[in-house]
Amino acid sequence: MPPEGCALVTGASRGIGAAIAKALAAEGWPVGVNYRSDEEGAGTVQAEIEAAGGQALAVQGDVADPDAVDQMFAELEQRFGPVLVLVNNAGVRADGLSMQLDDDEWEHVLATNLSGAFRTTRRALKGMMRARHGRVINIASVVGGVRGNAGQANYAASKAGLVGFTRTVAAEVARRGVTVNAVAPGLVETELTEGIDQQRLIDAVPARRAGTPEEIAACVRFLASDDAAYVTGTTLTVDGGLTA
Amino acid sequence: MSETATQETVETTIVDAIAKLGPEPDQVTRDASFESLDIDSLDLVEVAQIVEEEFGVVLKGEDMEKLNTVGDAIDLVVARAS
Repeated sequence: MPPEGCALVTGASRGIGAAIAKALAAEGWPVGVNYRSDEEGAGTVQAEIEAAGGQALAVQGDVADPDAVDQMFAELEQRFGPVLVLVNNAGVRADGLSMQLDDDEWEHVLATNLSGAFRTTRRALKGMMRARHGRVINIASVVGGVRGNAGQANYAASKAGLVGFTRTVAAEVARRGVTVNAVAPGLVETELTEGIDQQRLIDAVPARRAGTPEEIAACVRFLASDDAAYVTGTTLTVDGGLTA
Repeated sequence: MSETATQETVETTIVDAIAKLGPEPDQVTRDASFESLDIDSLDLVEVAQIVEEEFGVVLKGEDMEKLNTVGDAIDLVVARAS
C-alpha cells in the first residue's frame, strides 16, 4: 500500500484526462481533477467519482501559469496530503503548417504541453521524494518523435519534448521509489481530435478503429500501480498498431 | 520559516537530514566530505529542501556545486540567513 496521498490529473475535465481521473479514483486514490476553464466538466467528473464512492476535488489552474501550479498543489495537499501520482495530461493544439505558425501558436502549445508538465513535476517531486514513493505519467503522443504529422510541428515538438523529459527525470529520481513514464496514444476520439481527417488515419491503423479514453486510462492505471514499480523512463505506445 | 539559523540549529538540521540518507550519524562531522559520505546531488537537493523549510534559506544548483563538506553547507546556510 502506498503512503497516504493523492493523485492529480491535469486537464481532467473531459476526454482522456477525465477517464484517467475516474480510473485512478476507482483504484482508491483521492483525485485532484484539474481544469483550466471547463469548470462544469470538472464538476461533473468530481460528481461521478463521488457517486461511485471515491474522493475527488475539482481544482482550477492553468498549468502554463507557475503561480497557479503552486496554488493547485497547496489546495490538494491541504485536503488529501501530498500528490503521489501526477498525470500530466493537459494538452492543447494549434495546428498549422510550420511556415504559417505564428509565435503565439508555437509558444502557447509548448507552454501548456511541455513547460506545464515540467512545472507540475518539479513541484510534485518534493512530496514524492520525501514519501519515497511517486508516479509521474506524462501523456505524450505517437506524433511525438515516432510518426510525423504535417501541420503539428508545435504539438509534435511538445510531445517529443515530453518523452526526453520523461527519460531524464526518471533517471534522476528512480532510487527514491519514484517512477516517471510516458503514455503515447495514437488516434483517440475526443474533442482534441475533432476536425482531424479521422478516416484517413483510421485506414492506417491496423486495428481499424480509434482508441477510447478508457483504453488510455487503463495504461495509466497500470503505471500508477505498485505492480509497475520497476517500470521507469519508458514510453508505452497505445495506438492499435499504427506505429508497429 | 520556523527556526532561527544559528551555527547550532543549522548544524543539527543538516546533520540530521544527512544521517537520514544513509550515513552513520557519527560519520557526519563538519569535516566529512559529501563524497566520503556517499551523498550525491539528488541527496543534496533533499537536504536543501529541508533547509529551505526550516530556515527559509534557498540554495540553488550553483551554490550546491561549491559545497564539498558538511561544514561548507552549514557555513553557507548560516551566512545566507543573516
